[in-house]
Amino acid sequence: MTRIAVAALTVCALIGISTYAAFYVAPTEQTMGLVQRIFYLHAPCGMTALFAFFVSFIGCIGYLLKRESKWDWLAVASAETGIAFCTVVLLTGPIWAHPAWGVWWAWDARLTSTLVLWLLYISYLVLRNMVEDPNRRAQICAFYGIFAFLDVPLVYGSIWWWRTQHPQPVVFTSGGLDPTMRKVFYLSWFALMCLMALLICQRYQLEKTREEVEVLKREVENA
Amino acid sequence: MKNLGSVFAAYMIGWAVFFLFSVSIARRTRTLREEIERLNARLKDLVKQGK
Repeated sequence: MTRIAVAALTVCALIGISTYAAFYVAPTEQTMGLVQRIFYLHAPCGMTALFAFFVSFIGCIGYLLKRESKWDWLAVASAETGIAFCTVVLLTGPIWAHPAWGVWWAWDARLTSTLVLWLLYISYLVLRNMVEDPNRRAQICAFYGIFAFLDVPLVYGSIWWWRTQHPQPVVFTSGGLDPTMRKVFYLSWFALMCLMALLICQRYQLEKTREEVEVLKREVENA
Repeated sequence: MKNLGSVFAAYMIGWAVFFLFSVSIARRTRTLREEIERLNARLKDLVKQGK
């Protein structure tokens, strides 16, 4: 069995265990009831998305400093993975919001800045397809990736800086969250971080293979 | 068991997004690998013709 298959099976097992814990180990929240269990997917996904965008930011800076393709590959791999996680956040949020708040969506600072973040990174992928020359593409996208990352601190800090419909932080504050709930949350976050690492590795390999194709195409043209 | 449908929908949608994303990566990788095989074969032909 290949290393990637072992890693994928391990991640699947971790996700299975964390989902089981979210449904059967974590206690039912008194006010919201069963629907609060979406928290164990929604909140860790949000944090994992922000981390993936941070990795993309590192990739952008790395490319501008070193001018090596591997940094550009890391930037695009983690940006695309971050978009997947951000999509889950934007889809699961309204499903939780409707029974909890009575509305599917509220244009408050946290929700709006998260939607803007998703749109910024979708634009990053669109931009990549618009530039033909690989070096020019990597350079333009590195600058754009750094610009897009500016929204990440805004998303993170929005619930402290502005009055929002979104709940105040409960994970990194003392009290606020039942100890069992906290443990299940960390388990879910760990499982999703492992999934993120696996997806970034796979997507990075895709970019590496794309580079091989480009090299071979040039060889065929010159032959 | 109020809102069980919402919880179920949220988890299903979440895992479906990740599944579709990983399938999309696998498909794009497979297409590129096929392209590499095709280009390698073409390169061999061109080298043979050159000799």
